[in-house]
Amino acid sequence: MDQVLKKHTLDPNTWIDKYADYLFNYAIVRVNNSDIAKDLVQETFFAGLKSAKNFEGKATERTWLVAILKRKVIDHYRKINSKKGKAEVRMSFYEDGENEGSWIEERVPQSWDNESEKIIENEELKMTLERCIGYLPGKYAMVFRMKTIQEFETEEICKELNITASNLWVIIHRARTQLRKCMEENWFNK
Amino acid sequence: MSKSMMINCDEATSICDKNQYGEASFLEKMKLRFHLFMCKHCKKYVKHNKTMSIVFKNHAEICKKESACLSYKEKKVLKEELLEAVE
Repeated sequence: MDQVLKKHTLDPNTWIDKYADYLFNYAIVRVNNSDIAKDLVQETFFAGLKSAKNFEGKATERTWLVAILKRKVIDHYRKINSKKGKAEVRMSFYEDGENEGSWIEERVPQSWDNESEKIIENEELKMTLERCIGYLPGKYAMVFRMKTIQEFETEEICKELNITASNLWVIIHRARTQLRKCMEENWFNK
Repeated sequence: MSKSMMINCDEATSICDKNQYGEASFLEKMKLRFHLFMCKHCKKYVKHNKTMSIVFKNHAEICKKESACLSYKEKKVLKEELLEAVE
């Protein structure tokens, strides 16, 4: 087979029509903000243009652009994480000592009243939940969202973020414990 | 009961979280159940977690309905900028 024929080529003039929606979707799933997603897609196209000369034609145009966007998303989280500084996950259990692994008193689950009435979909519930997700550190929010809201397979997330399954479950556990507490304070027992 | 069946609250709630996605193993579920016999805090957590899963599920449905697309206008602007950069 002729290698040259099999090679993929780049055609930036058609990028927007062919890939803008796909990339935008990819980004919005991971950052949950359309303005940020739009910026990341735009940056991706420009970065693609800039490094077009390095394109070897081994992957398809789309795969290549997605790889660039993926790095942009990770950079984005790195940036907001360093900005937030100590916006770390709040631990719900003692981490050492004789009580290791037991509930920290003020984070013990409280009783919820009228639970079934409070889970009926409405705008306020949606906003409260989004606000609570927003309090999570970037990486936790991204993993939680991909697993729970976008329903990705565990394996897929691990591969993309280069983490092990047990890393993933630790992140999910901390995210869910924190979200439970946040929703208790701001929604269920408000 | 062997000692390995004994888990702490952190581990118990971890299993409960994993189980929300149907990915906890049989042994893990046994350990969780055993822990729940003697821990009222975690029992509450399990109950809340089920409720939270419903809330998340509803939220996921809403998110799926909202189609994420760039508008024609946004694409046009992006296209112009990109073409400018090509030239």
